[in-house]
Amino acid sequence: MGDHILSWVTFLPLLGAAIILFIPSAAKNAIRWTAVAATAVTLVLGIWVYLQFDRSNPGIQFAERAPWIGAFNIEYFMGIDGLSAPMLILTTLLCFLCIPASWGIEKGVKGYMALFLLLETGMIGVFASLDFFLFYIFWEVMLLPMYFLIGIWGGPRREYAAIKFFLYTLLGSVFMLLAILALYFSHSPHTFDMTRLMLENSYARTFQIYVFLAFFVGFAIKVPVFPFHTWLPDAHVEAPTAVSVILAGILLKMGTYGFLRVNFPMLPQAAVWFALPMAVLGVINIVYGALCAMAQKDLKKLVAYSSISHMGFCLLGFAALTSAGFTGGVLQMFNHGTTTAMLFLLVGVIYDRAHHRDIDGFGGLAVRMPIFAGITSLAFFASLGLPGLSGFISEALCLIGAFPVFPALTIIATLGIVLTAAYFLWTLQRMFLGPLNEKYKDLPEINAREVFTLAPLGIIVIVLGIFPMPVLDLMSASLNQLAAIFHP
Amino acid sequence: MTGYAQLDLAASVGQILPELVATAAFLLAVVVDLVSRRRKEAVCAVVLAGCIAGLVLSLAQLKAGQSLIFAGMAAADPLAAILKAVVFLATGLVALFSLGSPEIRMSGRGEYYSLLLVVAVGACFMASAMNFVMVYLATELVTVTSCILVAHAKDDRRASEAALKYILFGAAASGVMIYGISLLYGATGTLSLTGVSRALVSGQVPGLVAVLGVVFVLAGIGYKIAAVPFHFWCPDVYEGAPTPITAFLSIVPEAAGFGLLIRVYMLGFGERMGQGWAAAASLDWPSLLAVVSALTMTLGNLGALHQTNLKRLMAYSSIAHAGYILMGFVALSKTGLNAMIIYIIVYLFMNLGVFAVLIGLSRRLASDQIASFRGLGGRAKFPAFAMTVFLFSLTGIPPLAGFTGKFYLFAAVIDAKIYWLAIVGALNSVVSLYYYVRIIKAMYIEAGETEGGPIQLPALYTALLVALVVPTVVLGIFWGPLAGMTEASLRFLF
Repeated sequence: MGDHILSWVTFLPLLGAAIILFIPSAAKNAIRWTAVAATAVTLVLGIWVYLQFDRSNPGIQFAERAPWIGAFNIEYFMGIDGLSAPMLILTTLLCFLCIPASWGIEKGVKGYMALFLLLETGMIGVFASLDFFLFYIFWEVMLLPMYFLIGIWGGPRREYAAIKFFLYTLLGSVFMLLAILALYFSHSPHTFDMTRLMLENSYARTFQIYVFLAFFVGFAIKVPVFPFHTWLPDAHVEAPTAVSVILAGILLKMGTYGFLRVNFPMLPQAAVWFALPMAVLGVINIVYGALCAMAQKDLKKLVAYSSISHMGFCLLGFAALTSAGFTGGVLQMFNHGTTTAMLFLLVGVIYDRAHHRDIDGFGGLAVRMPIFAGITSLAFFASLGLPGLSGFISEALCLIGAFPVFPALTIIATLGIVLTAAYFLWTLQRMFLGPLNEKYKDLPEINAREVFTLAPLGIIVIVLGIFPMPVLDLMSASLNQLAAIFHP
Repeated sequence: MTGYAQLDLAASVGQILPELVATAAFLLAVVVDLVSRRRKEAVCAVVLAGCIAGLVLSLAQLKAGQSLIFAGMAAADPLAAILKAVVFLATGLVALFSLGSPEIRMSGRGEYYSLLLVVAVGACFMASAMNFVMVYLATELVTVTSCILVAHAKDDRRASEAALKYILFGAAASGVMIYGISLLYGATGTLSLTGVSRALVSGQVPGLVAVLGVVFVLAGIGYKIAAVPFHFWCPDVYEGAPTPITAFLSIVPEAAGFGLLIRVYMLGFGERMGQGWAAAASLDWPSLLAVVSALTMTLGNLGALHQTNLKRLMAYSSIAHAGYILMGFVALSKTGLNAMIIYIIVYLFMNLGVFAVLIGLSRRLASDQIASFRGLGGRAKFPAFAMTVFLFSLTGIPPLAGFTGKFYLFAAVIDAKIYWLAIVGALNSVVSLYYYVRIIKAMYIEAGETEGGPIQLPALYTALLVALVVPTVVLGIFWGPLAGMTEASLRFLF
């Protein structure tokens, strides 16, 4: 099994989905527990990968390869390095937590769970594949379940949100396909092997720039980078809770993952050329996202815009093209994945009880729901970058990495941190403090199932805030190697 | 062409076995129609047997080498063989579709099934013609017979209107085509494709005559494949014709038309230039064809966006797909032509699949409107699932066969460095998602009438859908053998 561990991790959820298809629709609990089992075993394998991962090796580990389509030299090529390993583990963890978070779904449980597991396979596949063709297939495979999950199980405007998400991401991915083919035909011999394309640095600069831009559009839509972000508030708000968690926690990271996996190592000259625009876009994301979040009345929309803001730190860190910047960016990807997952889960908790998300419609909830208020405060503080919690370290690393290269932009970016603190604290005040809203004097406290989904994330947020080495260890060798391309 | 061996008359007969068998089956079908008591099933069985025999014999010709038959009137080569196989496969499937279709009238059933075979034979000759007279005759055989099939429902005014439009547009296109042929004949003194090619290459033909001749002939073919600006007949005919015939028209004449395009252009107007080909006449043909391809897919997709009738939507979609397939032609390379053939084959499965769902459910659906699909996901689980697979495949989303086809087409265009066309094609894929998803949305997301309970599909259609879903999925994941076959069928051209 050790030789094919990545295939197991990737396809176990799919196997679970196949089993679910054979369970009668009426046996809802059997379906739910099968989904729990499938994601739990996947998580265990993910942890096994985490433990076995050789932290000193910057190269590809757990590699598997087999020829697939001879005519185009397409291979089944899986493998992970320090960049993909944290993302892969995060994916298995969040997917496992999302199943209990979806326990309340009553309509079409079978379809929901099967699609969710298919989605997990797609996501893990994206992080684990190293053949461009395979990568593209996994990338696209995610779209279909996502469309149905938002479209069928979403909120009132789900039809609009689902198709908007689908059209936007397909637009990005067709450009990515063209860029992949352009790289394939420019490399001699023609290859889709991403590791070999990473070693090739001899493309003409203008060619690099065009291909870079095509990839950038594809990935930027996923992140999403301003001005490609307009699908995000719609999709996040309309999606059911668990799907919002996956969208914000993992799908957004695929964009930033793509920058580091594809754009930077394969097209380094273009990356240098594009570093300043990228930093500017990152700062726009940070400040604009924070300002938008501040203006929201809907709690879920606020969290959605806060994601745009936080992903901007990744862009700013990456644009520095230094080891510190890369490390900060990737750590921010991981930390944002955990904190934003908490935030969306918490929004789901309160929405299930109050059936609305209007921030001003609550008030004084801390009296009725002290545990909920406590966990929410933890997530808010982590998200706004309070020292001692995980968000602080990664954001600080991004800023430290970016400052020597873009001092002015970095100073503007710190403004975003102030704004973030402002909107989170203001929200905390409006929801939990002050006199208790009479309407909610009987609101039940957060239950054990919900605490179960939140507790692991809360622990990670605290532990990584004090001691980030468990994740930093994983990525540093590979990211140092990446930075060496730009600073030999 | 130097590669072709001339066969004498007796040997030639052996090379048209698929066509002969199909013709024999046609005659037998007419007789069975007169004497049999269970006419519908018996005639269909005969036609089906003819198609299967034709398919097997065509596949057997794949490795048979290349020869000119009947004094250079037609060719027997792997390209013709693979397209014949496509034609017979599609015809057989359509014959099966028709069995349960309420639109195929009882009284005329015998002639209906047998005429399918006549079109198939015509299409085979379109795919193998090596002489302009043959090109014209085969095209006319297909057009006229298809027109009878479109008008099959004599009492239906829409069908009559569709048939009239089809024949009028067809007549105009044929007229233009034969005018072009006469120009080429007048200038070169020969009607054989290779003879015209030699004369054009030698430069003895006045430029204007050559350009006009070539353009007019291509216009005639453009009508068959519904390329812009010869596509106007398509939506009305698709909407008015009986649904099985719509399915038939979307594959058989189209595949034959593309075969003819490849053959006429490569052998009749072309000259080999290194790895690629260049048309002899003094015009920038690749750029012209690229513009036609871009316009065809764009207008097709834009036209489809707001259609509410599924058959009309599929008409515009087929125009768009003709545009995609033309992308492969623009590259004029081995990869490009290979991409065309692969696309035609995957298109056969996914497009016929959409129509199979439509026909199979036609007794239970209120109309061909997209609105009548509402809530189908809950009532007819397997057909709705199959429809979803076909529509996503048509959009080109992996891991489905349509993506394989598009992948090959994009690869060909990018290999030829025609980046703008690749970008236009990519944007068009995104646009097409919007209208295909409208059907999926109606089935799964919009609430529909649930009264009437679950819909049970007739067993025949369930089997047909399985037979079409399986290749649509499998060819998206593993298509090595298919690509090997199509590549081998084109090797003789390069």
